[in-house]
Amino acid sequence: MDTYALLLAATLNAGTILAIAGLGLLINERAGVVNLGAEGMMLVAAIAGFATAVQTGNDWLAFGAGALAGAVMAAAFGVLVIWLNTNQYATGLALSLFGSGFSAFVGIHYTQERLGPRPHYAIPGLADIPFVGPALFRQHPMVYLAIVLTAAIAWFLYRSRAGLVLRAVGESPESAHALGYPVRRIRLLAVVGGGALCGVAGAYLSVIYTPLWVEGMVAGKGWIALALTTFATWRPSRVLLGAWLFGGVTMLQFHLQGQGVAISSQLLTMLPYLATIGVLVLISRNPAWIRANMPASLGKPFFPGG
Amino acid sequence: MTTSTRRGVLRGTALGSIAIAAALAGCSKKEEAAAPQAASAPVAAEPASAASGALKVAFVYVGPVGDGGWSFAHDNARKALEKELGDKVKTTYVESVPESADAERVFRDLVAQGNTLVFGTSFGYMEPMLKVAADNKGVRFEHATGYKTLDNLRTYDSRTYEGAYMAGVVAGGMTKSNVIGVVGSIPIPEVIRNIDSYTLGAQSVNPKVKVRVVWVNEWFNPPKETEGAQSLIDGGADVLLQNTDSSAVLQTAEKNGKYAFGWDSDMTHYGPKAHLASAAINWTPYYIQAAKDAIDGTWKTGKSWWGVKEGAIDLVSISDKVPADLKARVDKVKAGLKDGSFSIWKGPIKDNTGKEVLKDGQVADDAFLGGIKFFVAGVDAPVPGAK
Repeated sequence: MDTYALLLAATLNAGTILAIAGLGLLINERAGVVNLGAEGMMLVAAIAGFATAVQTGNDWLAFGAGALAGAVMAAAFGVLVIWLNTNQYATGLALSLFGSGFSAFVGIHYTQERLGPRPHYAIPGLADIPFVGPALFRQHPMVYLAIVLTAAIAWFLYRSRAGLVLRAVGESPESAHALGYPVRRIRLLAVVGGGALCGVAGAYLSVIYTPLWVEGMVAGKGWIALALTTFATWRPSRVLLGAWLFGGVTMLQFHLQGQGVAISSQLLTMLPYLATIGVLVLISRNPAWIRANMPASLGKPFFPGG
Repeated sequence: MTTSTRRGVLRGTALGSIAIAAALAGCSKKEEAAAPQAASAPVAAEPASAASGALKVAFVYVGPVGDGGWSFAHDNARKALEKELGDKVKTTYVESVPESADAERVFRDLVAQGNTLVFGTSFGYMEPMLKVAADNKGVRFEHATGYKTLDNLRTYDSRTYEGAYMAGVVAGGMTKSNVIGVVGSIPIPEVIRNIDSYTLGAQSVNPKVKVRVVWVNEWFNPPKETEGAQSLIDGGADVLLQNTDSSAVLQTAEKNGKYAFGWDSDMTHYGPKAHLASAAINWTPYYIQAAKDAIDGTWKTGKSWWGVKEGAIDLVSISDKVPADLKARVDKVKAGLKDGSFSIWKGPIKDNTGKEVLKDGQVADDAFLGGIKFFVAGVDAPVPGAK
């Protein structure tokens, strides 16, 4: 029984990185910008966060440094694609490659470093409930923050005026422009905000989840987060559920292997990606799905007055 | 040894894709590439013979020297070689050399600079080294973990499974749950042999011990290594070993208050509380021997697979938490491996389906060790892909 509680706990923890990065990318894409540079931003944020944690010993400062690093990377990307109208896909890929090289370069002296004892958290009272306690209430605060963040972003997008404007910019930048909204500035804000969230996810990875720095340590999580936004058909709550699902499949396959169950780990590893492709096929076939969820101007540059 | 070399799978794939890319690029490209090579060959021979006094030795690493594991261990041995032989040798190294067409260029460059003893420390350098060695008969080449040789190209490797066995002895004595775990990389014979040896070591002090295995299917993916380690711990394992390249498993054990080992290099400082010992490869004795062979003119081709006996693998930095009698068991194993009185792979040994793989008293030879594709009894998992 306890094993399953721990499996659930590990699932939530694994899903948190994907959820935070996925929510950041969701904001980008809702404003009509695809940023394929997630992997690179997370790597630079991971080293920024790790270095900060080593120097200051404060994990929360490390998350801040990660957010800042992600935001700076995203801002560079934003200026290129929003003002200079470079191709979003090519620029995003370049950002990703730059990020992996740059993080390796600046991180070279941190590969031998080690963080102090990692903190343990337990919510008093709740953590001692059998099964539920170990499963849900002994997590890092970031795990709960991801849930709060999901609710906040959902509220922002669907209940606030600013969120309505952001979605309008993603659906029809021309209309938003005609109404007098500064389309480019709004898009840049969305991109920077998304980059900051990717940065927090990267810092969580290097400071809490796998507390070390090694070259290329994000190891594909950025790409999974990108797939996740599509998998979730651009809905915040589904990003969170999808992140837990992806995390759960990973942990489940290790769990089954550890129990000696003869199931191909390779098969389980590819399931989330198969599901993503399945969702893509579904939403591409059904125009109603696309209309309902996919930002209509996703990936298209906007030329004011053009 | 054709299938068991470290990183063989990944590197083989990389070479394959390069070959395909070359084929796509067409034949004209190949001829262009061949011309400068032919031109550089005679130039290379000259400074090689003209080298005065010091033996010029070059090292090619696949990763950065700061990787904390594989390339780090090679570079430590290079430094030790310089220290040991002083001004009799002059060493240089090139790091982060991809296993692509670039590797051949790097090897040719190093030859042209007058190096007469060249070490390639990754499996995927095999084909480039074969080519460059064939063109430069006066230069001696040493290839780590490879299996093809020439008159002036020989191979060397470390018996990492002896380190795994000694780690197993410690793990078997330290476990309280009688469940220990391994985070495996890729299910090739070398890794399976290490898991088996770890199991045999643990059983030698604790017959009740069970070994659980998870595969991450990569050499290096710290988040996945973390997840694999966490799931083993959640499943009840309290001592972990890894056959992957980062220190993530050790750090996960540290976080959970469990025990683990360092692998390839001494990893004590990554998890001081969790660390029981490190199965560390030491290339120094081999590098010193190779340089001496070259200086004395006794260098000749061959295949070396060095273990505890030659000082190429050891269980180092054993923690104070390990009781003295358990340390004594490790020392006994070490002494036995050194003087040849003890064999890890001596029958009777059964696999985990109950089949006898080594008869009573039968000792496994290197060919047997190179092709191990089964788990020994006590490993609580099927070998991936096995029927």
